[in-house]
Amino acid sequence: MNKMPKWADAVLIPLISILLAFFFSGLVIWAIGKDPVVAIKTMVQGAFGSTSGISYTLYYATNFIFTGLAVAVAYHARLFNIGGEGQAMLGGLGVTLVCLAVPWPHWTLALPAAMIGGALFGAAWAFIPAWLQAKRGSHIVITTIMFNYIGAALLGYLLTKVLKVPGSMLTESARFPEGAHLPNFSEILAPFGINFSPNAPANMAFFVALLCTFLFWILIWKTRLGYEIRAYGQSETAAKYAGINPSRIVIIAMLISGGLAGLMAINNVMGEAERLIDNAVEGAGFIGIAVALMGRNHPIGILLAALLFGFLYQGGAELSFWESIPRELVVVIQALVIMFTGALDNMVRMPLEKLFVALGKNKKKEA
Amino acid sequence: MDYLTIIQILDSSLRLATPLLLTCLAGLFSERAGVVDIGLEGKLLAAAFLSGAAAAVTGSIWIGLLAGVAGSLAFSMLHGLASITFKGDQLISGVALNFLAAGLTVVIGQSWFQLGGRTPSLSGDGRFEAWNLPFADAMSKIPVIGPAYDELISGHTTLTYLALLAVPLSWWVLYRSRFGLRLRAVGENPSAVDTAGISVVKLRYAALVIAGVLCGLAGTYLASLAAGFVKDMSAGRGYIALAALIFAKWRPWYALWATLLFGLLEAIGNRYQSIALGDFVIPVQFMQALPYILTVIILAGFVGKAIPPRASGQSYVKER
Repeated sequence: MNKMPKWADAVLIPLISILLAFFFSGLVIWAIGKDPVVAIKTMVQGAFGSTSGISYTLYYATNFIFTGLAVAVAYHARLFNIGGEGQAMLGGLGVTLVCLAVPWPHWTLALPAAMIGGALFGAAWAFIPAWLQAKRGSHIVITTIMFNYIGAALLGYLLTKVLKVPGSMLTESARFPEGAHLPNFSEILAPFGINFSPNAPANMAFFVALLCTFLFWILIWKTRLGYEIRAYGQSETAAKYAGINPSRIVIIAMLISGGLAGLMAINNVMGEAERLIDNAVEGAGFIGIAVALMGRNHPIGILLAALLFGFLYQGGAELSFWESIPRELVVVIQALVIMFTGALDNMVRMPLEKLFVALGKNKKKEA
Repeated sequence: MDYLTIIQILDSSLRLATPLLLTCLAGLFSERAGVVDIGLEGKLLAAAFLSGAAAAVTGSIWIGLLAGVAGSLAFSMLHGLASITFKGDQLISGVALNFLAAGLTVVIGQSWFQLGGRTPSLSGDGRFEAWNLPFADAMSKIPVIGPAYDELISGHTTLTYLALLAVPLSWWVLYRSRFGLRLRAVGENPSAVDTAGISVVKLRYAALVIAGVLCGLAGTYLASLAAGFVKDMSAGRGYIALAALIFAKWRPWYALWATLLFGLLEAIGNRYQSIALGDFVIPVQFMQALPYILTVIILAGFVGKAIPPRASGQSYVKER
């Protein structure tokens, strides 16, 4: 029984929810005595007004595509992975170990190896909560939160005691070799005669993120495994009845999820910092939750939501610079987006359903 | 390690356990009624900010307390609106509230005080005063018992004693009052409660009101202890309280022991940057991670099984 046409469910409800979130964000800006219109103009100018701005927007978006996909894979199996932050941190460790292991001759060799390192470490960090959920019934939300903190402590220890360059005051790893440098947009676009800001961070990893988005679509909707993941997410009992092993699905879905979160490190650690620094993830793991919710766990939706959050992140930085509105405003917007598209979904849905039912009845009368 | 050092460590354990205990009891009421509360962290932060701000402006921590409790209650009601009234996902609502608090406290704080998200520091009546229990000075001369009484039992602020009192009170409310029976029932089997003609919605909102007040007290305690609000000052205490709640298996007395244990871990971590066991040195980061590691072990069911209230996390939908 469909109360609403499909387009309303896929497009209209998210759109109204986002507009509500933005309306309340505007209220917050207005309440602290700033002009919301000026704020939006500053953000758009900062995010799209220069090639440097665009580069930063795409760089942040790349992070959020990875973490958004990570949350979405788990969500299709009805697992709420809040551990993207910790998994991305550990991914950074994996990428760092790979990049520092060998004096890489060229990035084409370093990138695949670093991808394996990042994904492996991210997946490993997701494996323990996954195994505990599958075999011991420990709630994955709590364990992944705990693993974020354990991961942060582990990385803090490794950065101060093991990876730190002897004699250096900075808590960061050694710089990666020249050969592990990923081409940034300026270097990629130069052969085509396009001038792009040379110091801005968007790099090759963006294309890896796009590729992952496509592979995500294949996995979830075109493969047997994806079907099993979705079946398990819809109904555990039905999936069991169909001969699907629940433990296997929980563990595999979480491994893929953790792997995707870990892959983020090829962007922030390998592509941008070119060394492992403290707090390299900067909350991107949590933004993945907002991105996945907003994008309805669909690759196209996630791509658009990641771009939007990339814009908010870069625009927010400009906002703090020009308008002296703290960067945390983006966190407020992120919270409102999660609230309206996630938890308050029914608030928008219920009146709309009534509206569509009423419209349907009218049509029947006319016929 | 001499006797006085041990007393001092235990004393700071109690100090650090107070906000955890209040927050843990908040989570206890909420989850016992079937509403999972990941948003404890956000409520704590919101309360710390509002109490710090109000106490800085008015110069009275008691007005700060009112503001902190009001802010925490507002967050609690928002959680109720999303997860009870609109039957949304309780986990997602909690996550959203945590981010909302993390963002709003800095944005509004900067707008009000222009101190980069801090509030002006509190002094005098802007903070809770320590209570010197009767005869504390006189008894401090007595060996063994004296220092213990003077340092450990006496000399805390109102909220610490209130938090300790809240433990037997919570136990009594939950296990000896009609309200408590209903509250526990609504977390185990809401449809049975509904059949008995008692409103599930009202009970769950009532639990969230209690949780809001307790988090408000905890947040105010943080602001008073640190003499003002600092950005992200809750520093994961909401999550540690959540961990303690699981550790305590959703029981008030166990909550006291669990939070005291986590307070002790923090106190030891603060006092000793690294602990040497023979040749092996335990790094400070391990001490920081220990509450979380312990919780995972408990959750894994290797040391007794932690079973949450049966209906927690589910919205109640009346059958039609």
